[in-house]
Amino acid sequence: MADKKLQFAIYWAASCGGCDVAILDVNEKILDIAAAADIRLWPVAMDFKYKDVEGWADGEIDVCLFNGAVRNSEQLHLARLLRRKCKVMVAFGACACFGGIPGLANLHDRKSIFEAVYGYTASTVNPEGTTPQPHLKVPEGELTLPVFFDDVYSLSQVIPVEYYVPGCPPTPDTIMTAVTAIVTGSLPPPGATVASDKSVCHDCKRKKSDKPTIKRFHRPFEIVPDPEQCLLEQGFTCMGSASRGGCGALCPAVNMPCRGCYGPMPGSLDPGADALAAMTSILAASDDATVAAETARLLDPLGTFYRFTLPVSVLGRAPKAS
Amino acid sequence: MSDRFEPVIAVLCCNWCTYAGADLAGTARMKYAPNVRLLRVMCSGRIDPAFVLRAFAEGADGVLIAGCHPGDCHYINGNLKTMRRFPQLKTMLAQFGIEPARVRLEWISASEGDVFVKVANEMTGQVRALGPLNWKVRAAVEPVSGLAEHHAG
Ligand code: FES
Repeated sequence: MADKKLQFAIYWAASCGGCDVAILDVNEKILDIAAAADIRLWPVAMDFKYKDVEGWADGEIDVCLFNGAVRNSEQLHLARLLRRKCKVMVAFGACACFGGIPGLANLHDRKSIFEAVYGYTASTVNPEGTTPQPHLKVPEGELTLPVFFDDVYSLSQVIPVEYYVPGCPPTPDTIMTAVTAIVTGSLPPPGATVASDKSVCHDCKRKKSDKPTIKRFHRPFEIVPDPEQCLLEQGFTCMGSASRGGCGALCPAVNMPCRGCYGPMPGSLDPGADALAAMTSILAASDDATVAAETARLLDPLGTFYRFTLPVSVLGRAPKAS
Repeated sequence: MSDRFEPVIAVLCCNWCTYAGADLAGTARMKYAPNVRLLRVMCSGRIDPAFVLRAFAEGADGVLIAGCHPGDCHYINGNLKTMRRFPQLKTMLAQFGIEPARVRLEWISASEGDVFVKVANEMTGQVRALGPLNWKVRAAVEPVSGLAEHHAG
């Protein structure tokens, strides 16, 4: 191991693996990363054992890119362990930054999730009603599984985090900006988000009116979008105006309304409230009946407006059944 | 002292109409439920939906949003924006598990002290019937410090 090389750890918790793939999406620049850094842990790509990590000295690793939310006891253990072993902790991707899509599970709890997943979903065949048990005695000894939590946590709700690299997943440019800052020692002050401080709209090339209005809300499959005009003004639930930019507005460039994966704008009180206000306030209707009928076409406001951010929102979750 | 549940109703209202209407109710010595807590903003259009979420998160059992009648807004159309936001806010709150009867939007002018009284009383009654929201307890997230770790091999 060359001593001067930066020591990196990359870990995944409650995530889909997309963030790990995104790191590979930097293509040949991955070689520059490999030249500048030793990757000491990367479960998705290489074989490591947790006991190797436990054997490292505290602070031995320079930077950890941690993707995924935290929702079970193994992820909690690794988050705390890596916090000790790493000098700089980076919440990497929307799940680590805000809870992400897994964070929508905060509308439920362990019991109701198990009832659905191991019980009544269409694809479940489980006549004995088996659910994961943290401990199981077998002739060979005891088997253990991580404990599934009632709540989904963003990384900073579990351990102190120095930097946030948002996105679902972070774009290659965002990743290279972050990695370059790390390698050249030009990181912003701790607490910073490595993305733009302006909204997605700022980077979006579509034509926007000074006084935008929406006549009717549409889901993406309902109409063919005009390729030039602002998607929000066409009635799509584009989250761009309530979402942090830095992604280069890639989705609206290809007719896909922004889903808000870079999270809320700096200074936001609540991500879902921002999006709700931005979208509904400009409806071209000024009487209760029309407003009610038109906004009812937005079928799932919570799932749309908090798609990536429920655990870090003001309400945070739904009440638990118990 | 009775054991009757006394809900806390946050009233987010505009300066120009509803607050003046509440003031009129007061100067006219009309009685209304003491459960309402008035929070004045310049215009109902200023009421970020996040204010409503925060009111619930911080302990309100019900939230009343009130402003000038459509057409009467001091800032021309602030209240129309409030009107457009309200149905989805209500739907979203229901998705969170907050009953629709815990939120209400009303237009109350400066001369409608009696309407303010009626709405304040009705709102208190309908929220009392639902019982406490108790958000902080019912939607409490398990403190991380109390969670066990799993040490895999
Ligand atoms: S000033 Fe009363 S609603 Fe705008």
